[in-house]
Amino acid sequence: MRIQIPELSFVVMIGASGSGKSTFARRWFGKAEVVSSDACREIVSNDENNMDASEDAFDLLHYIVGKRLKRGLLTVVDATNVRPEDRKKLVALAREYHVLPAAIALNMPEKVCLERNQLRTDRNLPPHVVTSHVGLLRRNISKLREEGFRKIFELRDAAHVAAVTMIEREPLWNNKHSEQGPFDIIGDVHGCYEELCNLLTLLGHTVDATAYSVQVNNGRKLIFLGDLADRGPATPAVYKLVMNAVSDGVALCVPGNHDVKLLKFLQGKNVQLMHGLERTVAQLAGEDAAFREQLKLFLDGLISHYVLDNGKLVVAHAGLKEEMQGRASAGVREFCLYGETTGETDEFGLPVRYNWAANYRGKAMVVYGHTPVYEPQWFNNTIDIDTGCVFGGKLTALRYPERELHSVPALATYMESSRPLRIPGEGNNLQHEQDDVLDIEDLTGKQLIPTRLLNIVTVREENTAAALESMSRFSIHPKWLIYLPPTMSPSETSTLPEYLEHPTGAFSYYRKNGIKQVICEEKHMGSRAVVIVCKDSEVVKRRFGIDEDSIGTCYTRTGRAFFTDKETEQAFLGMVHAALTERNFWEEMETDWVCLDSELMPWNAKAQALLQQQYAATGAAAVNAMTETIAALTAGAENPAIASLLKDYEQRAVMCHQFTAAYRQYCWEVKSLSDYKLAPFHLLATEGKTYFDKDHVWHMEQLGRYCGGEGNPLMATNWRAVNLEDAQSVADATSWWEALTTEGGEGMVVKSLSFIERGERGLLQPAIKIRGREYLRIIYGPEYTLEAHLTRLKQRGLGAKRALALKEFALGVQAIEHFVAKEPLRKVHQCVFGLLALESEPVDPRL
Amino acid sequence: MLLTITTRHTPATDLGYLLHKHPAKVQEVEFGKGKAHIFYPVANENECTCALLLDIDPVGLVRSNGNQFALEQYVNDRPYVASSLMSTAIAKAFSSAINGKCKDKPELVDVPFPLEVKLSVLPVSGGETMLYRMFDPLGYMVTATQHLLDKQFPEWGNSRYFTVTLRQNITLKDLLSHLFILIPVLDNDKHYWVNREEIEKLLVKGKGWLETHPEKELITRRYLRHQASLANDALAVIMKDDMPEELLKPDVVAEKPKPGLHEERLQRVCEELLSTPVKSVVDLGCGEGKLLKLLLPHQQLTHITGMDVASQRLEIAYRRLKIDRLPDNQRKRLRLIQGSLTYRDRRIEGFEAAALVEVIEHLDPDRLKALEKCVFGYAMPGKVVVTTPNKEWNVTFTEDADQMRHGDHRFEWTRAEFQQWCDKLSAAYGYAYVIKPLGDEVEAIGAPTQMAIFTK
Repeated sequence: MRIQIPELSFVVMIGASGSGKSTFARRWFGKAEVVSSDACREIVSNDENNMDASEDAFDLLHYIVGKRLKRGLLTVVDATNVRPEDRKKLVALAREYHVLPAAIALNMPEKVCLERNQLRTDRNLPPHVVTSHVGLLRRNISKLREEGFRKIFELRDAAHVAAVTMIEREPLWNNKHSEQGPFDIIGDVHGCYEELCNLLTLLGHTVDATAYSVQVNNGRKLIFLGDLADRGPATPAVYKLVMNAVSDGVALCVPGNHDVKLLKFLQGKNVQLMHGLERTVAQLAGEDAAFREQLKLFLDGLISHYVLDNGKLVVAHAGLKEEMQGRASAGVREFCLYGETTGETDEFGLPVRYNWAANYRGKAMVVYGHTPVYEPQWFNNTIDIDTGCVFGGKLTALRYPERELHSVPALATYMESSRPLRIPGEGNNLQHEQDDVLDIEDLTGKQLIPTRLLNIVTVREENTAAALESMSRFSIHPKWLIYLPPTMSPSETSTLPEYLEHPTGAFSYYRKNGIKQVICEEKHMGSRAVVIVCKDSEVVKRRFGIDEDSIGTCYTRTGRAFFTDKETEQAFLGMVHAALTERNFWEEMETDWVCLDSELMPWNAKAQALLQQQYAATGAAAVNAMTETIAALTAGAENPAIASLLKDYEQRAVMCHQFTAAYRQYCWEVKSLSDYKLAPFHLLATEGKTYFDKDHVWHMEQLGRYCGGEGNPLMATNWRAVNLEDAQSVADATSWWEALTTEGGEGMVVKSLSFIERGERGLLQPAIKIRGREYLRIIYGPEYTLEAHLTRLKQRGLGAKRALALKEFALGVQAIEHFVAKEPLRKVHQCVFGLLALESEPVDPRL
Repeated sequence: MLLTITTRHTPATDLGYLLHKHPAKVQEVEFGKGKAHIFYPVANENECTCALLLDIDPVGLVRSNGNQFALEQYVNDRPYVASSLMSTAIAKAFSSAINGKCKDKPELVDVPFPLEVKLSVLPVSGGETMLYRMFDPLGYMVTATQHLLDKQFPEWGNSRYFTVTLRQNITLKDLLSHLFILIPVLDNDKHYWVNREEIEKLLVKGKGWLETHPEKELITRRYLRHQASLANDALAVIMKDDMPEELLKPDVVAEKPKPGLHEERLQRVCEELLSTPVKSVVDLGCGEGKLLKLLLPHQQLTHITGMDVASQRLEIAYRRLKIDRLPDNQRKRLRLIQGSLTYRDRRIEGFEAAALVEVIEHLDPDRLKALEKCVFGYAMPGKVVVTTPNKEWNVTFTEDADQMRHGDHRFEWTRAEFQQWCDKLSAAYGYAYVIKPLGDEVEAIGAPTQMAIFTK
């Protein structure tokens, strides 16, 4: 005998003590699937027979069951469960989590139970208890269905139990994980047959309107979101076409509230002929009884919702919240048909709908209809495509996975809507409106952020707490923060005397990891800046959802506005915009916005305070103190011991002067806007695209086209491609670095040619900096090159910095990919927030 | 970095006896953070100069001190200046002299000499006048050269470093004691005391002159200052690249309207919150919990929550409110949470009243919109009490129209601007409001603080 239960069900074992429940459960279910009251009793009291502990034990049992059901796991309760009141709690649990409750009752003869009980050495229940269990079970077993169990199996004796050959787990009807599309999902048709035919034709399918048949082309499949009936002129025709398509296997259909009401009518139930049903009934009058019968069967067989494409897509008439997806209960069905209402009615007398989509956080895209809207809008990965065709709007289809919308206009207004459709216009974008304020719940506490490059990136709670303060007090609007650059590790510490960093370190890192081609880019003496420029301020509003008069933003690596006043910022961005426009950037890249990763010069523009308070001050102290010191030592230099000290201090005095010279490299006077230069090195994204698949030579060349020339704030970066297998190429690059740095230049950055590169041990550093020997004085102190210091400084570890660089790289890439894919801002911000949080990890700041 | 002591008293070489250092030798003493060289650039009958040259180990200085994750720990002036490290070196190198001992010529100890001291370079917090305030009362003739931050950029102005010469007829013992204490006082920066006993030396070294010094309070305060340790807090690290200036310096309060204004403000806010029988209050931006402390005794409140964005301040609030020592039933009424008013937070929903005391002016205008939506749109307390400075009142302490009362204020509003904002909120979120002045009103410019009470 086979016992068939849904794959996600809540199995309640019922039977007297000694009826063999535990044995049965052990035999047929996984160890973790069985939650036993005895085990819970033992956990809370050390003794599985301690009846005093029952209350706590069942609390625990219910808690465990709840957690498992929440996670969508089949769960078996092993307890006597002979009292209706005990089972009631379990059925309530099943309903709470929308899992089907199943009962397996071991209704064994009393004698068998008593005998087994006597044989037990660990427990000896008084016989009257067993007798009472058996009696209780007998009296109630017929009421199990009434109690809410959807599957009931009764086994009456040992032979019966032994005859069970298999417990078969059946997929739920709504589970269509294996159907991967592509799909054309069609919104509420409401009897608009002609429009339906037009739409199907527009979508490239072949329609024979008189035969009610559609040939679905291009390997696609249709999905109807319900409410095929009522209000419109040709409900029977619509059903005929859909029923044919479904039976041909080229369409799926979920029910809408109107379909269900029609079913009730067809079943002869008492329904009021209103809200358009009266029209359907009139139209059906002309149809024969066979069709009506067929229709009844069709409607009765509709499944509340479908979970498709490995859980990536959910379709339901009125939408479906995450915790109900792929579940089955009356509650789920209710939600699918009617959505969630608050119990109030609005000024038009219609129920106020609870906006489940506003709180939607699920992974699956949810496509639904039910509520007519003027224009479909993506909102937290959900979309309502009921565009009110029957009310004179249009009939819309969503192509999946393309996310394209196609629609045909209504040929007439078949009925007046009692509630005006939401009119499009400013401030009427649901997603942008919601994204004005993100929810703190998505950001704080320990974060596990999924990324394409590194799977899960973990951010610790104390770091997110630090990021919250920084982000709230100093960052620009989260809507602008679509990317933050990762930290960059220096090269391996050089083994060459006198050098802390040298190109050989970076080259050998990439060579060791199997990379043959790298690019060397000059490291500018500026500050990292992310620049977003839009074609016009309309794009800022539409694409970024920022309602301000601007054409973009320019922010630092910690998400702060680069310029302290808006006017300067916009004027500078205006210059960048003009340079891009002049060279046809918008047309060539087919975009109306761009995000650039770049360096903004001069450094002192952002770091003047640091420069004066830290570097100039240290330099002033060092140089002046050294001058007096050398004078004093010189005065006494006849003494050989003093002369020796003098020699030592003379060397150090030179270093102090070199230190001053090193920071002076960073002081350009900024008199006007034209003194700012922006050197872009990554073209991060434009509308619909990121460029992580392009190599760095492409980025350099592409960006180079927009750099340079009179009055252009965009400055090209010097670079060279290096073949690591060619000694000459490597030597040339090394000399290039030496030339760059001898005069105090900051150094260069070495990157694998590909933007994203993996070695045997996973993701590789996207970039490694090799800083100049003189430049490093302002990082490690004026006298760091003294041998005594350098020897100790060389004992630096890069592990933490490199791990951080990879995590941040993965998060940065993920953030902007989410943005480009038009994911809700929450997901973009999670990445950016996590990245900023990681920046509070204690890592040697000199690296 | 360099201290020289010169005398032209004859025989000048007496200085060697007093310092207990032989003029012909170059000596070295070690102390915690490095070493010091002692040598005589000049030593003859007519003139004798002893030099104490610090040789600080910058690498060592970092490794054992402070926050290793702030860059300023690595590149700073400490190796090159006369700071508490110099005091430590003086005490170590010239221990007998500073203690008034001289083995060979004990009779010299109490004899004033014409002494000249040169310090290269001395960081001075408070400018040149501070030098005079410190040394004049002790009878020194002070000559000081202040150094530019960078000769190449004179527009950057002066640094806080001076090459200082002090001259006086004075006993060496007193001179060294003065330097021992006044060098770190003038520097007013991090102390590198080896241990607590060093601090006790203040009392010993100051004996006989500090009691009568007109600046004794300042001296004592600066000297005993426990350096606000740059704790390894995550925030300091996050800010490492572009630390906003207001965090580099302690809070600069441009004015002190009047001691007690803040107390008065909190008292008034507390009264407004409790003027109706509300049971739950959330203090948004509770800081160190001063308002919470006022609210706590009122038993009409069953739920009091304080929220702040800064976790360190919440920790202070936690200690100040002695939360772990409250009885269970009291502790359950109170909750402290870290949160931000620029993000929606469900934990602050459902309160009957909320306070926003001196909070809104800390947000940039576009982030203020987020606060409005969070508080008035999502949390929707029945009553909201908001206070913010009245910009017009600023004329009572400054003529600069751009001067704000706090370095982190992003704006300060006139009464008209505040009312405009209240009107906008009232229309957008359906609240009624009244505005009340807070603090002593001045004719035509109003009170220092303005308060709005919103009710739904």
